[in-house]
Amino acid sequence: MVINTIHWFRKGLRLHDNPSLKDSIQGSDTLRCIYILDPWFAGSSNVGINRWRFLLHCLEDLDASLRKLNSRLFVIRGQPTDVFPRLFKEWQINRLSYEYDSEPFGKERDAAIQKLANEAGVEVTVRISHTLYNLDKIIELNGSQPPLTYKRFQAVINRMNAVEMPAETITSEVLKNCVTPISEEHDEKFGVPSLEELGFETEGLTTAVWPGGETEALMRLERHLERKAWVANFERPRMNANSLLASPTGLSPYLRFGCLSCRLFYFKLTDLYRKVKKNHTPPLSLYGQLLWREFFYTTATNNPCFDKMDGNPICVQIPWDRNPEALAKWAEGRTGFPWIDAIMTQLRQEGWIHHLARHGVACFLTRGDLWISWEEGMKVFEELLLDADWSVNAGSWMWLSCSSFFQQFFHCYCPVGFGRRTDPNGDFIRSARHFMKGFPAKYIYDPWNAPDEVQKAAKCIIGVHYPKPMVNHAEASRINIERMKQIYQQLSCYRGLGMDHLWHFNHDDSLPSVPGNRMDTGNTSPKRNEAVINTPAFPAVQLQLVYEKSCVFGAKLELSSHHLNPIYMVTD
Amino acid sequence: MKRGRTGLKSQCQIFPSLGERAKRPKWMTPAQDWGNLPHHVVLQIFQHLSLVDRARASSVCRCWNDVFHTPDLWRKFEFELNQPATSYLRSTHPDLIQQIIKKHAQHLQYVSFKVDSCTESAEAACDILSQLVNCTIKTLGLISTARPSFMDVSQAHFVSALTVVFVNSKSLSSIRIDDTPVDDPSLKVLVANNSDTLKLLKMSSCPHVSPAGILCVADQCHGLRELALNYHLLSDELLLALSSEKHVHLEHLRIDVVSENPGQTHFHTIKRSSWEALIRHSPKVNIVMYFFLYEEEFEPFFCEETPVTHLYFGRAVSKMMLGRIGLNCPRLVELVVCANGIEPLDEELIRIAERCKSLTAIGLGECEVTCSGFVEFVKMCGGRLTQLSIMEEVLIPDSSYNIEQIHSEVSKHLGRMWFPDMMPTW
Repeated sequence: MVINTIHWFRKGLRLHDNPSLKDSIQGSDTLRCIYILDPWFAGSSNVGINRWRFLLHCLEDLDASLRKLNSRLFVIRGQPTDVFPRLFKEWQINRLSYEYDSEPFGKERDAAIQKLANEAGVEVTVRISHTLYNLDKIIELNGSQPPLTYKRFQAVINRMNAVEMPAETITSEVLKNCVTPISEEHDEKFGVPSLEELGFETEGLTTAVWPGGETEALMRLERHLERKAWVANFERPRMNANSLLASPTGLSPYLRFGCLSCRLFYFKLTDLYRKVKKNHTPPLSLYGQLLWREFFYTTATNNPCFDKMDGNPICVQIPWDRNPEALAKWAEGRTGFPWIDAIMTQLRQEGWIHHLARHGVACFLTRGDLWISWEEGMKVFEELLLDADWSVNAGSWMWLSCSSFFQQFFHCYCPVGFGRRTDPNGDFIRSARHFMKGFPAKYIYDPWNAPDEVQKAAKCIIGVHYPKPMVNHAEASRINIERMKQIYQQLSCYRGLGMDHLWHFNHDDSLPSVPGNRMDTGNTSPKRNEAVINTPAFPAVQLQLVYEKSCVFGAKLELSSHHLNPIYMVTD
Repeated sequence: MKRGRTGLKSQCQIFPSLGERAKRPKWMTPAQDWGNLPHHVVLQIFQHLSLVDRARASSVCRCWNDVFHTPDLWRKFEFELNQPATSYLRSTHPDLIQQIIKKHAQHLQYVSFKVDSCTESAEAACDILSQLVNCTIKTLGLISTARPSFMDVSQAHFVSALTVVFVNSKSLSSIRIDDTPVDDPSLKVLVANNSDTLKLLKMSSCPHVSPAGILCVADQCHGLRELALNYHLLSDELLLALSSEKHVHLEHLRIDVVSENPGQTHFHTIKRSSWEALIRHSPKVNIVMYFFLYEEEFEPFFCEETPVTHLYFGRAVSKMMLGRIGLNCPRLVELVVCANGIEPLDEELIRIAERCKSLTAIGLGECEVTCSGFVEFVKMCGGRLTQLSIMEEVLIPDSSYNIEQIHSEVSKHLGRMWFPDMMPTW
């Protein structure tokens, strides 16, 4: 029997460590590697031009690599549920392979395709290679729930079996006798489209700071490791002005699109460490970047509401402000705070910002200054940030806005001070915002404080050439700290109301979950929330974690005043 | 719930279910009719239901409807006033609000208003307040969940609404009116009607109140146990008034120190003797200070011994200031430093460990401490540190310890597992 195979690229845009592709090639007569471009996706979805460009680079690179193996990439427009039945028939397919997608939407889509494949008698090969581990195993090892603190996650990881080795790269030896039928009209029918063809305006578009593709990814990996070896130091590098600029060894977008295998990265890091540190066991912190990514994938995989506040069992319900005008100022870098604006400008122009810069702007938008919902910030990042994917983006935004996982809301990033401490000379701002060039370092972070002569000399009058600051930070942070406290106190007020049996005070964060609270505006009595929380969908609430970790400061005191005079209707 | 059947039967007579008998299935005896459940049973069930569910249940039959309107279910209410344009949360239904004002105003005892950043919401709150005439409210909270929208309401409107409650309740014990345009005359009205019962007053960031206004409260309300205000209202006279013989022990004093612009506000100093008088009178009082100042504005603070127990620095605070705190704050229990800079704070922390023997909680944001210095600090504090919240970036590895080793060393001295706080690295 002739075996005709389709390999479906979604993420995992690479030929190295691609076990689903490798396994499905075995015994195949023909192979066609496809990428499905959903036309609705291009127009309506929230994906900016940099992300599209990166993706197209990746596809072109794949196509080039496949050409070397006498194959080609087939880019097909349409929706998977329409495309596949057609292709199964047209190409007489009996095998389909793809990399496992752990995200809830991905799982749903894949279940539908599995069904179609079964109906058409097509064998499906799925392998895990976008994450280091099998996420379901992590969840199982943690008592059927994803670990909701990073510490707990690390503890579970330590107990997992070793990460699987990367699969052999697809070469002509691997392909053997497997051929790809290529027609003369291939470029017309299945070629990688250009940005213009997708409807983007490319006039004035600067060269990509982050070129996409597996080739680029592997080159960067080598450079990244070289630099680490040269420094011979695997500690987290101290933050300085240079860290803010796009690095030629940066890997995050490549990991997100799958141009670079996380497992390859993992093993290369391990080998290098052992070489430099003479066979010492590498600490978990060596894999920080990879493990954070894994953490968010794990927490998101079974939660379709992970990217929302409403209906999300692990997200604290916070009364964020609805303010489209303020949101626009933040998104477009017009806040009047040069530090914030420079970061948002870099994000829009290049598609990447340093993770501390992310903390700064995320804090500013949400709990620090504007009190706008993290969902809005997440959407802007989704549009502009090359390495933002569903799980990691939503998870990080929840984290940074103190909506989940992390409750120490006093850790606030000042839009003036934080930048000043990181880059005292203001070089980053000058590089991103050209009309700030004339400002001396003393005033570049808070130009509204500069005397008139200084502003005139810099040819930048605040309020004319550059906006005034959109908030008074001291005032905003005072108000917002108070708001966060109120919310966390309301959560901690459940304590002592017959819920003590749920208390498992466990200092080592081995608590499986963070409380889900639904601030039902119908004046819920706390006992009713207990009923909601204890239904099977909501694991036992470990409020102690929140109570102890929230508000280093004052929660216990304010609580004492409640026993005197219950302002909040909590005691029955 | 153990009540005999007889109890059930006798209760049935009080609540005849008129139309229900016809609809009741034949196998149901009168004693099993849901509509004939004793009042207190239904009441207890209702207490477990959300307002929405309760409201639905109340339309089942007259009996349940009567229970729904039991005064006991209306002691506490939180009015949520949100506009769809400014909030993602829903509002308390206007019909329900009308019902409450009509039928239950006199039952309300613990009331709070949560408003979003829209002025309309705050105005709606004021309208409700003005109608709470025949009530005996004990607790009143006006809470802005986002921007302080009460400040956008006309002062006259706000004050007149608030004084309706002040005048009519006569038994107010807890009031929370932070970020509102309350003024001295309204405080006088509060005092005139509630001086015997007032125990808690939170009024941070009320710019229309003067030191004289708050002094009036302290002078007359001798039961005041908890007070929150801004630094500009704090005076020597106020502390002395709170320490007068007639006054109860003060339990909690919160002071917000906020600057408008760098260098523009000059802060007065409080005499050491005034603080001492307060401590003598109320030795267990918690003094909570929140600072939102620029570094150069800290000059007037902590030059002398200050009995503060909980200190929060919302912005950068200098090394020198932290040194002063080590010297002059022997009662310190909690310390939170949002940011300092890039000079290690080892010395300052060690001095705080030495001299602040009651310190149990510390939080450090953008600061730097060497690992050895930090271990030294933890060693000196030992197990009394119940809250140690340090961002990972704060700790600087040195020749003695790296990041991996620090957490086991610190855990050892604390007597429990400890890890620094982390933020995700993408």
